[in-house]
Amino acid sequence: MNSEELQQISETVQHQHEQFDYEVNVCMGTGCLSQHSDKLKDALTKEAETSGKRYHVRRTGCMGLCAAGPLALVDPVGTRYGHLQESDAKAVIASLGQKPIESREIHLEQYFHGQRHVVLENAGRIDPEKIDEYIGRGGYAALLKALTEMDPAAVIDQIAKSGLRGRGGGGYPTGLKWGTVAKAVGSPKYVICNGDEGDPGAFMDRSVLESDPQRVIEGMAIAAYAVGASKGYMYVRAEYPLAVSRLTTSLREARRSGFLGNNICGTPFNFDIEIRLGAGAFVCGEETALIASIEGKRGTPRPRPPYPAVSGLWNCPTLINNVETFANVAPILRNGAEWFAGMGTARSKGTKVFALTGKITNTGLVEIPMGMPLREIIFSIGGGVPDGHKFKAVQTGGPSGGCLPEEHLDLNISYDALIGAGSMMGSGGMIVMDDTSCMVNVARFFVEFCMTESCGKCIPCRAGTAQMYDLLTKICNGEATHHDLELLIDLCDVVKNTSLCGLGQTAPNPVLSTLRYFRDEYLEHIDNHCCPAGVCACGTVDAKPQKHTAELAEVEV
Amino acid sequence: MPVYQVPALPSEDKRWRIVNGTMRRHGYSRNALIETLHTVQSSFGYLDKDSIRFVAKSLRVPLSQAYGVVTFYHYFSMKPPGRHTCTICTGTACYIKGADKVLAQTEKHLHIKVGETTPDGNISLTTARCVGACGRAPVALMDGDLIGQIQAGQVVAQLEGWAAHE
Repeated sequence: MNSEELQQISETVQHQHEQFDYEVNVCMGTGCLSQHSDKLKDALTKEAETSGKRYHVRRTGCMGLCAAGPLALVDPVGTRYGHLQESDAKAVIASLGQKPIESREIHLEQYFHGQRHVVLENAGRIDPEKIDEYIGRGGYAALLKALTEMDPAAVIDQIAKSGLRGRGGGGYPTGLKWGTVAKAVGSPKYVICNGDEGDPGAFMDRSVLESDPQRVIEGMAIAAYAVGASKGYMYVRAEYPLAVSRLTTSLREARRSGFLGNNICGTPFNFDIEIRLGAGAFVCGEETALIASIEGKRGTPRPRPPYPAVSGLWNCPTLINNVETFANVAPILRNGAEWFAGMGTARSKGTKVFALTGKITNTGLVEIPMGMPLREIIFSIGGGVPDGHKFKAVQTGGPSGGCLPEEHLDLNISYDALIGAGSMMGSGGMIVMDDTSCMVNVARFFVEFCMTESCGKCIPCRAGTAQMYDLLTKICNGEATHHDLELLIDLCDVVKNTSLCGLGQTAPNPVLSTLRYFRDEYLEHIDNHCCPAGVCACGTVDAKPQKHTAELAEVEV
Repeated sequence: MPVYQVPALPSEDKRWRIVNGTMRRHGYSRNALIETLHTVQSSFGYLDKDSIRFVAKSLRVPLSQAYGVVTFYHYFSMKPPGRHTCTICTGTACYIKGADKVLAQTEKHLHIKVGETTPDGNISLTTARCVGACGRAPVALMDGDLIGQIQAGQVVAQLEGWAAHE
């Protein structure tokens, strides 16, 4: 494959597009598929035979606004439909070239216009299983450019200059990591894509893999060229069957088109990718545990250093990056490092995809430039808290992150700002809670998660999280004393500072951040034995006097 | 050096050939353990002692390691599943939206706890950490089909439907 051939494919795709007056893109991500968007697509396609209009129905990946699914986008007019059913197919086709169907049209200018799509630029625009459509939108131009015009050091230099940082949560500078692996002595070298998106409440990686898998493959190939690797592994959760099947198809297509395999694009560069399925262990998101899992062992982490960049898979130098990090690589090489560095804040460049969920009107996926205030994401793009409830907290960073209260809503999103506020970027889950959520209960939920997901290798994490859970349960039941609270804080400190890997080191974060911002709720549980939100077993303020009387009555008897 | 002999398939069951195919594709390499166990589970529904023994022997992995892997990962199950499986997602987004109440009601309806199967072997109840469909929370997987924004009543209705078609 050379640039002329790439151009030719691009033109063919363009030509095919011109044959149609309209394109109806139907979202077939997991969210919309669960609402039978496949049947909708079939109905739309069937309608084509009889309507006499020239249009094309396309299956696409996630369009983001999962709350309004099944979604469809009519190009070139740009009409967006939501809550479409199979029975609407006739009306949708009839409305082509005329007024859109009023009742199904989505008018959420704020939701779509507040965003900036880099990683998701093709999501909802191309058929994820057709490599030609990806090429038609500029795909694989970056790989070709890297292989034919740049040497590996220049590629790393571009990535470093762009200021891209790891999107899996840690925020380690990607260029630096690539440089370390490139310099590391040892052969062969490996490239691993971490698609073990274990954070509950986060689905960015699933969505990227489902809607634009070729972008991740291209990113991995460029990375492999830069660090000198010839073999890659894509570690994906087994819980994401659709992502796995689309990825399998895409790998086959990429091989057929000569973007994977031997002598890629006529150069001496060889690279191939194999899929490895996760088996439901949260700890496998940690890089050393993930490596152990690929080696066919129990996913337990090991102490670092040596870092995987020096000694990773089968003790060879290994580059591990997150799905979203790899998805950013091709646009950086295509548009230049300066373009990417032009977005975001001083130390956090580019965009970030967030999964907005919980008590929020527009649940779904949003991609925003770094530095956007939380308030804008939640209230402008997200549409605020529904049903007249009051915003209470937003949880970022999954079980390792923290809960931020209303006074932090003007925080500009960046790696450092979130850490400063006691939370973290994490992989990008953003869960909004309203006044019906009890923060002690939420903290307990996260600690329970970490307790069950602890691999058991180191004691602070294995035993510490269990003790933390017991103490939190005691508080939730209204049976705790101030001494218990002190013990809990002490324990958090020990677990945080002495655990082996990131799971244990961050497990106390939800407790510490809720204690920092919602201490009064803890005290309410301890002093007054009641739960202000009415969630916990100890009951609400109103219910309390009756219980007290009942208890007193028992005592008297 | 003696050439390694791959052990004979445990039985005539055709599914063993699928399992063997996975191992062959990976060149009977030790690191194919998890991949192979995935194939066994998807073909047989669960992993019993014989299948773990067969896989361990074929891949020349210590039985202790194979057993360790099976019990370490949540995805693998050593209990045969019921004819139908009801999985309720207990990820954060689902939890905030009341998945715990749905789960409690389902447990009450079936008279079993999470991870158990009804005595008649008809329905298994499990939970998932997160199925990545948080935009539709709370969600449940009924025999693998994802249902979004579930109410407890909806789940119970489906369970009653399964019980009726038994």
